[in-house]
Amino acid sequence: MTALETSGKADAPAAQAAGADAGDPIRAARRRDTIRKYLEVALFVGPALVLFLVFVVYPVVSAMRYSMYQWNGISQFSDATFIGIENYARALWGGTDPETRQAFLTAYTEPFWQALGHNFAIIFLSMAVQLPLALLIALTLNRKFPGRASVRVIIFAPYVLSEVIAGVMWMIIFDPNGIATEFARAIGLDMPAGGWFEDQTWGFWTVFSIITWKYVGLAIILFLAGLSGVSEDLQEAAAIDGASWFQIQWKINIPLIGPTIRIWAFLSIIGSIQLFDMVWVLNRGGTTGQYSTIASYMMQIGFFRSDWGYGSAIAVIMFLISFTIAIFYMTTILRQDSGRGASER
Amino acid sequence: MRHTTRALSITALALTTALVATACTTGDTEPDSSSSGSDTPTDEQVTLTWWHNGVAGDTGENSLGDYWDQVAADYMADHPNVTIEIEQIQNEDLQRTRIPTALQSGDAPDLFQQWGGGEMKAQAEAGYLMDLSSVLSDDIDRLGGAVAPWQADGVTYGLPFQFAVEGVWYRPSLFEQAGITSEPTTMDELNTAVQQLKDAGITPIAVGAADKWPAAHWWYNFALQSCPQDVITSAGDFDFSDPCWVEAGNQLEEFLGTEPFQDNFMSTVAQTGATSSAGLVTNANAAMELMGQWNFFVYQGFTDGSDEQIQALLDDLDWFPMPGISGGAGDPTAAMGGGDGFSCYVDAPAECADFLSYIVSDDVQRGFVEAVGGLPVAPAASDAVAEPVNQEIAAAASEAAYVQLWLDTDLGPNVGGAMNDGIVAIFAGTGDAQSVVDVMTAAAATAQ
Repeated sequence: MTALETSGKADAPAAQAAGADAGDPIRAARRRDTIRKYLEVALFVGPALVLFLVFVVYPVVSAMRYSMYQWNGISQFSDATFIGIENYARALWGGTDPETRQAFLTAYTEPFWQALGHNFAIIFLSMAVQLPLALLIALTLNRKFPGRASVRVIIFAPYVLSEVIAGVMWMIIFDPNGIATEFARAIGLDMPAGGWFEDQTWGFWTVFSIITWKYVGLAIILFLAGLSGVSEDLQEAAAIDGASWFQIQWKINIPLIGPTIRIWAFLSIIGSIQLFDMVWVLNRGGTTGQYSTIASYMMQIGFFRSDWGYGSAIAVIMFLISFTIAIFYMTTILRQDSGRGASER
Repeated sequence: MRHTTRALSITALALTTALVATACTTGDTEPDSSSSGSDTPTDEQVTLTWWHNGVAGDTGENSLGDYWDQVAADYMADHPNVTIEIEQIQNEDLQRTRIPTALQSGDAPDLFQQWGGGEMKAQAEAGYLMDLSSVLSDDIDRLGGAVAPWQADGVTYGLPFQFAVEGVWYRPSLFEQAGITSEPTTMDELNTAVQQLKDAGITPIAVGAADKWPAAHWWYNFALQSCPQDVITSAGDFDFSDPCWVEAGNQLEEFLGTEPFQDNFMSTVAQTGATSSAGLVTNANAAMELMGQWNFFVYQGFTDGSDEQIQALLDDLDWFPMPGISGGAGDPTAAMGGGDGFSCYVDAPAECADFLSYIVSDDVQRGFVEAVGGLPVAPAASDAVAEPVNQEIAAAASEAAYVQLWLDTDLGPNVGGAMNDGIVAIFAGTGDAQSVVDVMTAAAATAQ
């Protein structure tokens, strides 16, 4: 941001003065430079900007527009009924009409909060379960031992696998007659009463365990990369001073990979809000939404139930949540981490 | 600058979430009804585009798609000025994505798959469909009552090429093993049969509740028998105040109380794999399944495809109509059913209606039965139905007091989808009879 502003300010007087100084060869050359610079910027930024406007800004603005209408996706949009914030009200508090509120609470508000609740539960559990787990594994692996590269590849493999393939694979594993059921029986347990995925209580936990398996590898690899940047001198010095392995991790390694942990946390939060592929493959968020997410709910209602206005309202809510988190991250944590990085250098 | 780039990229990441819901944008293009062709075909060169759902299955075979190719070729041979361009599209893509976007863009196929009911009504109200009432009046008379789901407000917007009622498929050998001597005709008899099968250690009924609609069909049938004919046939008006709609849920809850279904029915899909409901019946791991006529083919798909295996299956496969409840306000001989048809786009050339008339003609319908095995709509083609079980289903349809279109199709995707969600919640134990009516009422209040 700073670089752009500085160059802009420096060029402005030159551009203004250029017309009056046509006879001055130095100023004319400077003017040519300025024009060239603007042309270069236009050439390099232009195509990306056009794509961004057409494929990002326009759809977002369209979704915001659709979200104000009752539209079945079949008739022309020009025939749709404008209903203001009603779609948002249906999702958030049962609509604006007290007469239909009870029915709307059952039909719209409850499934919406159920789905959003799952997103936030996954965010919370990522921090409470995946983070310590990934840190523990990364710190354990952060040393030289035979087969280190192979272990890292194995840990990272689930993350590389496509969501759809992984989803189908776990569906087979968690089939009522699958390996998971046999394993549970072998250790004296049984499958949850309603099935691994469909049980009202256990369905969510089954899916969360799959998500953990799928994404913990990314955290481990990021943390290992961060750890490789921590100077060995610091660790050796601490060891000479009598610090235990635990103290070295707690006092040196973990604080020094703080920025990596925070960028992972950010990616994990945004990923949790947008979680879709996996839950969709696993029967579209569950027959009664036991593990639905806001994205699967949006797809279910907007696309398959052809309630495009309401579906767009859900999309906008999801966008606003992601956007708020992104802005918060950039204005506080990222700025702080970048600033610290610069001062350390 | 680095911050700006990162800000942009992160913003882009967040913004992309909204793309999913808006991938399909509308062109606000009104169909131009004034430019539609004349009512009678001419000798001018015309091209008809035709979208249907006959795609190759897992085995690579595509009897329906191949048959439509043949029908188009025959028609073109008789009408040298007509070129028919066919696109085969998988059913769900066709119904949920391709047809709606094509209609809104104003560049729709001339002839396309039509399932009838609520969605067709919405298409008709938007002015996308050709009125076939007068131009095909002879065909409409010839095909009879099965055309009703392709009509709205007295206007015919499409014609079906196959139509069938649903009922209970069962394995006679398992019935025999359990000591059941006759097909149940009432719910009481069905409950007795369920108990006899359980006593013999046999899973009585398979249901693919994970797919939602197979579970919902039980409720449809209870509604059909609980509701007077005028209430259920006017369900598309979205008035669910009659207590019979709640009664349907009560009937279902009572039936679920007898535990008639297989273990883990909420995790069971309808048609894929040996543990699907169809797989359970084919492998004689369950005795019965409530399903449409298409399961005649689905069950055969679980054999190795050899004539011997298929014959062995057919020898031990039978069908009876959904048993009637006692004391319901509905007609116990009414049946649930549905089928497939085609509509012409409003701007399509006149040859579209002529070709559609050809598709439902007696000879082409007879060929359809022989090549594909479905149940025809044209009465004159019914003599081509060879399998006894299919003959039985065809007879049940003609003997039914009336045939009600699948309720989810009839009510359209929004209210129909809400209904299916509500019903499956009863199966899962999280919903009740009243909540089904509540979610239907709520969705109806938002439907245009």
